[in-house]
Amino acid sequence: MNIHEYQAKDILKSYGVRIQEGIVVDTPALAVEAARELTAKTGSQWHVIKAQIHAGGRGKGGGVKLAKNLEEVREKAEQILGMQLITHQTGPEGKKVNKVLIAEDVYYPGPSEIKEYYISILLDRGTGSNVIMASTEGGMDIEEVAEHSPEKIIKEWIDPRVGLQQFQARKVAFALGLSGDAFKEMVKFINALYKAYVETDSSMFEINPVLKTSDNKILAVDAKVNLDDNALYRHADFIPLRDVTEEDPLEVEASANDLNYVKLDGNVGCMVNGAGLAMATMDIIKLSGGDPANFLDVGGGANAKTVEAGFRIILKDPNVKAILINIFGGIVRCDRVATGVVEAYKAIGEIPVPIIVRLQGTNAAEGAKIIDESGLKVYSAVLLKEAAEKVEKVLNGTI
Amino acid sequence: MSVLVNKNSKVIVQGFTGSEGTFHAQQMIEYGTNVVGGVTPGKGGSTHLDRPVFNTVLEAVQQAGADTSIIFVPPAFAADAIMESADAGIKVIICITEGIPTKDMIYAKEYVKTKNVRLIGPNCPGVMTAGECKVGIMPAFIFTKGKIGIVSKSGTLTYEAVDQLTKAGLGQTTAIGIGGDPIIGTTTKEAVELLMEDPETEGIVMIGEIGGGMEAEAARWIKATGNKKPVVGFIAGQTAPKGRRMGHAGAIIGGADDTAAAKMAIMRECGIHVVDSPANIGETMLVALGLK
Repeated sequence: MNIHEYQAKDILKSYGVRIQEGIVVDTPALAVEAARELTAKTGSQWHVIKAQIHAGGRGKGGGVKLAKNLEEVREKAEQILGMQLITHQTGPEGKKVNKVLIAEDVYYPGPSEIKEYYISILLDRGTGSNVIMASTEGGMDIEEVAEHSPEKIIKEWIDPRVGLQQFQARKVAFALGLSGDAFKEMVKFINALYKAYVETDSSMFEINPVLKTSDNKILAVDAKVNLDDNALYRHADFIPLRDVTEEDPLEVEASANDLNYVKLDGNVGCMVNGAGLAMATMDIIKLSGGDPANFLDVGGGANAKTVEAGFRIILKDPNVKAILINIFGGIVRCDRVATGVVEAYKAIGEIPVPIIVRLQGTNAAEGAKIIDESGLKVYSAVLLKEAAEKVEKVLNGTI
Repeated sequence: MSVLVNKNSKVIVQGFTGSEGTFHAQQMIEYGTNVVGGVTPGKGGSTHLDRPVFNTVLEAVQQAGADTSIIFVPPAFAADAIMESADAGIKVIICITEGIPTKDMIYAKEYVKTKNVRLIGPNCPGVMTAGECKVGIMPAFIFTKGKIGIVSKSGTLTYEAVDQLTKAGLGQTTAIGIGGDPIIGTTTKEAVELLMEDPETEGIVMIGEIGGGMEAEAARWIKATGNKKPVVGFIAGQTAPKGRRMGHAGAIIGGADDTAAAKMAIMRECGIHVVDSPANIGETMLVALGLK
């Protein structure tokens, strides 16, 4: 599960990770109030107005702005709130900004040099352990750093049997070129960050930038936190952090129906049992001359109810010109799935696009018969090859 | 010969008396798998499906001689079930459960490494040796005893491959569902290695998906060891977008190496017969074996 920057920072702070302080608001008036409160607390006269959306690249898209007085706070909050923010991660339509974080300015001048770093923690699937990645190239896209100067990325693998050791935290801090107070602060920062990562069951932390201030404090200016969905059952307090306005409405509806659905931008919808076969079905659609409109795994127990819910969601996507249903009936019988498809079709009424139903496995022939005799605009197939051919014909208009 | 499980395997079911455990234990028994009992803590001493229920895996090992375990317990308790089996002296643990927290699996895998045991899964359809033994949830009727081994991250896509191999007249030796999670007990390469060493297996189908580096690792190993048997490969997710989880917890494109295209390119370089469409697995295997 993805969460917002302000939520991520709250979690980090509760584990003793120093953060850039801020207050989240949803109106310009509250933005000014928040700025006043922050000035009283931190002494910071300048403030940063940061759009809260689940996407990176906010600064370049105009979603992060510096305000040097309260009038500017109001002005910039007004500009950002409600805007459709477009970044390289939002797609061309962008994302609407509903909340802004009013944050203290931490780039104030002082005796020591200000410097940005990068730190992330994630799972290394190859070794089955967590890895801390750090770089002196703070503020930059880490994938670019990895491509152009991989030697600038420091990696420290954590042995699951003993966890993060102090020599490892020191190693990272030294490798970042730190000394004195800033070094001590960084060791503390890494320790607190790793503890937060493990105890929150996170699957990714990315702190970019981590800042060394002009008075040698180390703090998180931004924070991207990804929580392990499978572990949410033991973190009841994280469940309200989900922001459904950040998700595609069809995906929200699908998840409410226990369907695993990902919206894509093609023209052929699909409904499949099993994640691997669902991805493979998308690939077949592409090879047949179409583009997949979605990923949809209905799981092991495909029945009339799940098929109907799936149909309704696929049909809400206006780009869909055809639907391919691909079920390999192992435990679930194909004749039952076929009956489910016919019932769901009738419950919805007229379905405006052709449907290809490929049923294979237990009672496949009986399933095909039910489809063929239903009198509906549904084409049956048994072999995967036949299904691919029928998709092609439907798209060509030759069927 | 076969790998991992055969007609002599003495199987116990962890989560035996639950609805999933009961249904699939029945199916396994029907297929002829030697299910010697099950484990449900607190129900020890009773019987279920005419077989003894034990409180602990250790009791099942000591009293029923169990050497293989299949796990159906809910995600919150599954990592514990894996470690209990490993500690009790089980030799092959097959974990079907989907949705285990990654942190739990990091610890469980680390624990399993210290014992003399092979873990398959989690989040997998199990392992099946055609005509001998089913320790999993796959539909048995699509299998026929034959000469092709299968390694796959996905359940229904495995069935697809099995079905095509049956229709092509090739049949199967053992199908190994390794699972779709980011942390799994047995990697693609390790499963392929088992099948390469099995004298009855004449060809291997290797099915992967986006995410992780396991298929590339297996492909390089196959090439380095001299391509001893023909391997037909497929990677699901050629059309999957970056950064989105496609059903399986492990099926997500992070970096460039995670994509289907990258994996397929490496597999081709390593002499694997890569199919673009999963509809061509059976036919391509016939060609690879020189039978067509």
